[in-house]
Amino acid sequence: MNPTGLSAAVAPAIPRLAIDPFSYAFFDDPYPAHQEMREAGPVVYLDQWNVYGVARYAEVYAVFNDPLTFCSSRGVGLSDFAKEKPWRPPSLILEADPPAHTRTRAVLSKVLSPAVMKRLRDGFMAAADAKVDELLARGSFDAIPDLAEAYPLSVFPDALGLQPEGREHLIPYASLVFNAFGPPNELRQQAIERSAPHQAYVTEQCQRDNLAPGGFGACIHAFSDSGEITSAEAPLLVRSLLSAGLDTTVYGIGAAVYCLARFPDQWARLRADPSLARNAFEEAVRFESPVQTFFRTTTVDVELGGVVIPEGEKVLMFLGAANRDPRRWEQPDSYDVTRKVSGHVGFGSGIHMCVGQLVARLEGEAVLTALARKVGTITMSGTPKRRYNNTLRGLESLPITFTPA
Amino acid sequence: MTTITFIHSDNRSQSVEAADGDSLMLAALTHGVDGIVAECGGNAVCATCHVYVDEAWTAKLDPVSDDEDALLDGTAAERLPNSRLSCQIKVRPALAGLVVRIPDRQS
Repeated sequence: MNPTGLSAAVAPAIPRLAIDPFSYAFFDDPYPAHQEMREAGPVVYLDQWNVYGVARYAEVYAVFNDPLTFCSSRGVGLSDFAKEKPWRPPSLILEADPPAHTRTRAVLSKVLSPAVMKRLRDGFMAAADAKVDELLARGSFDAIPDLAEAYPLSVFPDALGLQPEGREHLIPYASLVFNAFGPPNELRQQAIERSAPHQAYVTEQCQRDNLAPGGFGACIHAFSDSGEITSAEAPLLVRSLLSAGLDTTVYGIGAAVYCLARFPDQWARLRADPSLARNAFEEAVRFESPVQTFFRTTTVDVELGGVVIPEGEKVLMFLGAANRDPRRWEQPDSYDVTRKVSGHVGFGSGIHMCVGQLVARLEGEAVLTALARKVGTITMSGTPKRRYNNTLRGLESLPITFTPA
Repeated sequence: MTTITFIHSDNRSQSVEAADGDSLMLAALTHGVDGIVAECGGNAVCATCHVYVDEAWTAKLDPVSDDEDALLDGTAAERLPNSRLSCQIKVRPALAGLVVRIPDRQS
């Protein structure tokens, strides 16, 4: 936040808007506000939280891809680590800049590489088949807990090598992390007040002795033996997977099922050609953008979109708005399983682009492939209920009925 | 502009006028060349813009970096000695006439 006051810091050319992108009303329907921000200009100023905002694709892409000017080491939430003590020890990858980031990123890239995904693939596909068979037998169920949460919980903690006990902390911990990127509103304050048991669990699980051999966690620790990282850094890198690796895919799979239930024509295309599953998941990530926002902090005075943002300012990127910017996308508000979706910023872009994106895609492809092969109709059998989070967009409840193919 | 030829897995040939400075991957996407998926959008994460470079051209390209080498181990189609990621090849006039083959699958 800018403690020096508003008017002096804001050039007159920058539209100032009263939108609060962390309010329940915004979460209920962000799209009119997204459009208002995109149409107001390439850069806007949000008076509610004293931050700059970018909602057009070009500027979001530009901020993502200039990490030295728009840094992450001062936090990727509203809190400026140069002025405020972070609520937890900062992430060594998400909240770091080059050159420090380069080293830790290389380790996680190797742990989560395409070659590793090839080895996981059959197991992830089989688990999705089993889950969809189980849900078909039930007929009607809640697709958020019973599919979007249950499937990742059935594959990801084992892939990480977590102990069986205590896994119920995983989703609350991730929810806390993503709420904490937001402003000091009710969502953030409540999450942090309730954080102690989840933090204690995660800290313990990140230790080498608690991670099963062969899992992602053990692989990260192994890099401390060969010197790429220190033994003190390894647990914090494992923490990154616990923070960002599960809840995000829950929201991603939930988004995909919600899309397929709402757009029967697209479901029919997927059923006719199950090889579209991976793209159908990717398009759901564009369309719903489970991760809605991230902040950066300016390291120098910088010109962006024809205006100057001073040093030390928070810039809020609207990934969901960029992913529906009509300047970049044809028919941006349509869910299209055949869209050429490469370039969307649902996983970010540049050096901080989601390092676990291949795990997310594998999970999404597995679930949608199983659905396309086994399920005839997907219908909503009740009213969906939204789940509120300062960063993540998704549902709390999605009553669904399946009929077999 | 530099002429690049993509040969699809069904042997169909497609030549495009690629903008110098763009990656080969971006040139393919810009010109609607199917078969280059580029899930990660050119951030060297996903290995879904895999191509086989015509033998006559392999030595004329910048060498494979360690990062690209590791990613190529995870390509969906078989890795061959002339495998490259098209996001890591920058279009320049010296590559006029470059021919690359697209594998039958990227994921």
